[in-house]
Amino acid sequence: MLNISGISEGFVLDHIQAGMSLQIYYDLKLDKLDCQVAIIKNARSNKMGKKDIIKVECPVEALDLDILGFIDHDITVNVIQGDRIVEKKALMLPKQVRNVIRCKNPRCVTSVEQELDQIFFLTDEEREVYRCKYCEEKYVSPGKRRRK
Amino acid sequence: MRHLMSPLDFSVEELDRLLDLAGDIERNQKKYARACEGKKLAACFYEPSTRTRLSFEAAMLNLGGSVLGFSSADSSSASKGESISDTIRVISCYADICAIRHPKEGAALVAAQKSAIPVINAGDGGHQHPTQTLTDLLTIRSLKGRLGGLTIGLCGDLKFGRTVHSLINALIRYENVRFVLISPEELRLPDYIREDVLVANGVPFEEMERLEDAIGELDVLYMTRVQRERFFNEEDYIRLKDYYILTREKMLLAPSDMLVLHPLPRVNEISVEVDDDPRASYFKQAQYGVYVRMALILTLLDAAKEDSDNA
Repeated sequence: MLNISGISEGFVLDHIQAGMSLQIYYDLKLDKLDCQVAIIKNARSNKMGKKDIIKVECPVEALDLDILGFIDHDITVNVIQGDRIVEKKALMLPKQVRNVIRCKNPRCVTSVEQELDQIFFLTDEEREVYRCKYCEEKYVSPGKRRRK
Repeated sequence: MRHLMSPLDFSVEELDRLLDLAGDIERNQKKYARACEGKKLAACFYEPSTRTRLSFEAAMLNLGGSVLGFSSADSSSASKGESISDTIRVISCYADICAIRHPKEGAALVAAQKSAIPVINAGDGGHQHPTQTLTDLLTIRSLKGRLGGLTIGLCGDLKFGRTVHSLINALIRYENVRFVLISPEELRLPDYIREDVLVANGVPFEEMERLEDAIGELDVLYMTRVQRERFFNEEDYIRLKDYYILTREKMLLAPSDMLVLHPLPRVNEISVEVDDDPRASYFKQAQYGVYVRMALILTLLDAAKEDSDNA
């Protein structure tokens, strides 16, 4: 059994689908943080068989919950203070994501207009469908695509 | 600032007022001959368009206003690499209202976000073409007397045909409208219209491949052209361009009061022999296009004036 020490102040992202932790590490820009980050891959899980976990020793405010909710709203966010879990944050699909994904439609204005933010709106919560603000190109949330 | 990006930007009540105004313009053209005196329309056309551009220009001239602009990207600062955002900020200094056509989807919205004057989407790639929709609505309402309770056949390129997408979005707001979607497999309606508009709103529709099978039950047959510029592959275009041709023989199968509409220009999809049929309404439609654009220019300039009075 591999032992990774706990953190006294920070947050733990639990129940990450196995194999997804590195992508989430970069999507959340954790590589830019100047603090301890531990990535645990393929941890044993009763619920998921195996899972990934990310432990980050910095205030939870540094975490963009919208992006995380977009990536996978089934991830558990445990906030740690004084060596204890003080809060479990619920993740939801954000109504809008900005500059997280790029529109793949070659006819979309975002492919030519400089400095234009890539904005997607949630148009179907049940099917987790986002659409480009400009051309309405469809994009299914990453979590939904993985669960298919 | 009020803009027009999609037909849904107007509520049904606002749309009714706009169509009423267009009807009044049709009946009393002299009354409006100086309504936009001293005002300028910038017609910014980044891709070729004869009808839409001239229709906008005619509309503004009929209202006593003036027109400036360009008719291709090559003759605009876009050829020097200027962004749409910068172009519209500059044009806002020169004109009172802008009609923009651009091959990229969402281009008009980019312009509207940065504009100090009302922006009208005159077509953004294969996405939306709201003023064609207003034209279609005015034509149907004027010639059929209503917009509800109709079976509308949409035939041809339903995938890239932006006029079709906009028309569907507008018509689903009226009661008892049913669609018959007639297209080859490759040019079927995209899912963002089929799923999110038709299915999501419980609008009845049927998809068919043969025009002959559908034509007998239609109140309106809306023909579209397969557009070469929407294809990345020339072979696909050649294979699909003459898939549907409306002929006198096919018109024999149609109801006696069915309207044939087409956003124009047509190529081969309506045989010239159909032009003399009293049901062929596509040239009247072009005339209604001028009236509705006049009404739109007046409405948006009025809204801009209200905004500035309240500022």
